[in-house]
Amino acid sequence: MTDILLSVRNLRVVFPHRHGDLVPIDDISFNVKKGEIIGFVGESGAGKSMTGAAIMGLIDDPGIIESGEIWLGDVRIDQLDAKRLIKIRGKRIGMIFQDPLTSLNPLKTIGDQLVETILAHLPVNADQAKRRALIGLEEVGIDSGRFNAFPHEFSGGMRQRVVIALALAAEPELIIADEPTTALDVSVQAQVLELLKKLCRERNASVMLITHDMGVIAETTDRVAVLYAGRLAEIGNTASLLSSPRHPYTRGLIASTPSVEHGDISTHLYQIEGSMPRLDALPTGCSFHPRCQDALPRCRLRQPEVINESVACFLYE
Amino acid sequence: MSEHEFIRIDRLSQRFDLSDPWIARLISRRPKQFLNAVDNVSFNIEKGKTYALVGESGSGKSTIALMAVGLLRPTGGSVLIDGHNLYDRTQSQLEHRRTRRRLQMVFQSPYASLNPRWRVGNILAEPLRVFSLTDSQSAERRRVHELLEQVGLSQSDAHRFPHEFSGGQRQRISIARALASRPEFIVCDEPTSALDVSVQAQVLNLLKRLQNDLGLTYLFITHDLAVVRVMAHRIGVLKSGRLIEEESTQSLIESPQSEYTKMLIRSAPRISRGTTGISFT
Repeated sequence: MTDILLSVRNLRVVFPHRHGDLVPIDDISFNVKKGEIIGFVGESGAGKSMTGAAIMGLIDDPGIIESGEIWLGDVRIDQLDAKRLIKIRGKRIGMIFQDPLTSLNPLKTIGDQLVETILAHLPVNADQAKRRALIGLEEVGIDSGRFNAFPHEFSGGMRQRVVIALALAAEPELIIADEPTTALDVSVQAQVLELLKKLCRERNASVMLITHDMGVIAETTDRVAVLYAGRLAEIGNTASLLSSPRHPYTRGLIASTPSVEHGDISTHLYQIEGSMPRLDALPTGCSFHPRCQDALPRCRLRQPEVINESVACFLYE
Repeated sequence: MSEHEFIRIDRLSQRFDLSDPWIARLISRRPKQFLNAVDNVSFNIEKGKTYALVGESGSGKSTIALMAVGLLRPTGGSVLIDGHNLYDRTQSQLEHRRTRRRLQMVFQSPYASLNPRWRVGNILAEPLRVFSLTDSQSAERRRVHELLEQVGLSQSDAHRFPHEFSGGQRQRISIARALASRPEFIVCDEPTSALDVSVQAQVLNLLKRLQNDLGLTYLFITHDLAVVRVMAHRIGVLKSGRLIEEESTQSLIESPQSEYTKMLIRSAPRISRGTTGISFT
């Protein structure tokens, strides 16, 4: 299949620990098609950001990719050395982090940062790089007169626009956006997401959008993967997954999200009892079974596999 | 003043002085500069009801929260709790404490608002000691156990430290601490924005149940209109320190008057819209 840009197969990330290994990502497989926006949703600690970090080769010590493969096009990228990884990071895969203030250099103007990025990745001279940088800023809606401004002179939303311009500067095929709008107000969030969506569509770039917000997923993504305790719970087309979720966790997640459209003071919100287990105290079998209302006896014993590339739950076997 | 009204915020203002030091002002001949963080805001909350303040960051929500609970002296206007002026300098220390006991606050981040070196039992007993509410050690312990059970934790949790709990459980501890002095009014400043969605529902349901059981009055600060819809009886919309719209929840969300409120409601992400839905601009 040629329309698959990124393919992650049976990825398992392990952090060795003296009381037994911690496994923040356990046997996750998915594909990202060209030009597609795929969402990753789950609670803190579910493995969303770790998946992004594994793809970028940014897992902190002492974590390692114990098994599995990551393919970008026809290049296997999970075992590259630092030198070859540099050619991919930033060039073929761009990254957008949650907090735009810490991902920009406070001592350099945004123009310099853009030019530096372009020079590092593209075969252009300084003049051409500057011209490209100006076009890049214009595309994200920043006036070219602010080329020489420093990050602190911008508001949060404008800073995130600069970060988007930076991530797109080297014309990557894949953008990993890790909670890009969590630090922003809702009205600004809407603008930033819309901008990201538009620019990636124009370039036919794929996006992995990591978020905990089901509303953001619904409004931005084509497909969505739901993670729970380091494993893939469910993956599928966004519209159908949201209208008919299958995994009990996905169902609970959607049901417990309040909506501006209905409900009032007498509404009792649906709640999933308990909380996600910590990595050092994962239950046996399906890690969701202690919170699951539909749990079967075998859920305690065995971990369900992802069936038909859609849902990992014994209810559908 | 109606007999059901519990708190009245009257022409409340907070002006922050952002001026340069006087010598720099003298040299550059610049006048003093002020920021009106809260500008002439008035509203009241009925007993046993929830009033929500919504607005974007910098709109003055949290500044009002601090003034309503007695943590920040306003530069203008007053806060009346059941008829007592919270910032009346003529009141004695004792009267002041008596009023303060009736007001409590739940903060946004349960990671930052609990002392990491104190055991939960100690955290919950502090308000009891401050207001001398229990007369013996055993009474204190009983009250701590009662509080833990009230928020859905177990008695044995009193011996543990905050880091042993998840985010949602920590926020339950914050709520238990706020309940310790048997307050009538609790300010909740973004109580669930640091929590995951499935845990957020648990905490919101808990707050509602406590309101029903104990007849609490809430001032609920948030930027999330979906949360407000299920939590508040009335909503006030803040923009740049001014209250621009105030209505009962239903009518504010379903027929907002100001452009700003319409924009806020429009940009709230919603699941039902799906991918094919209206794009936001």
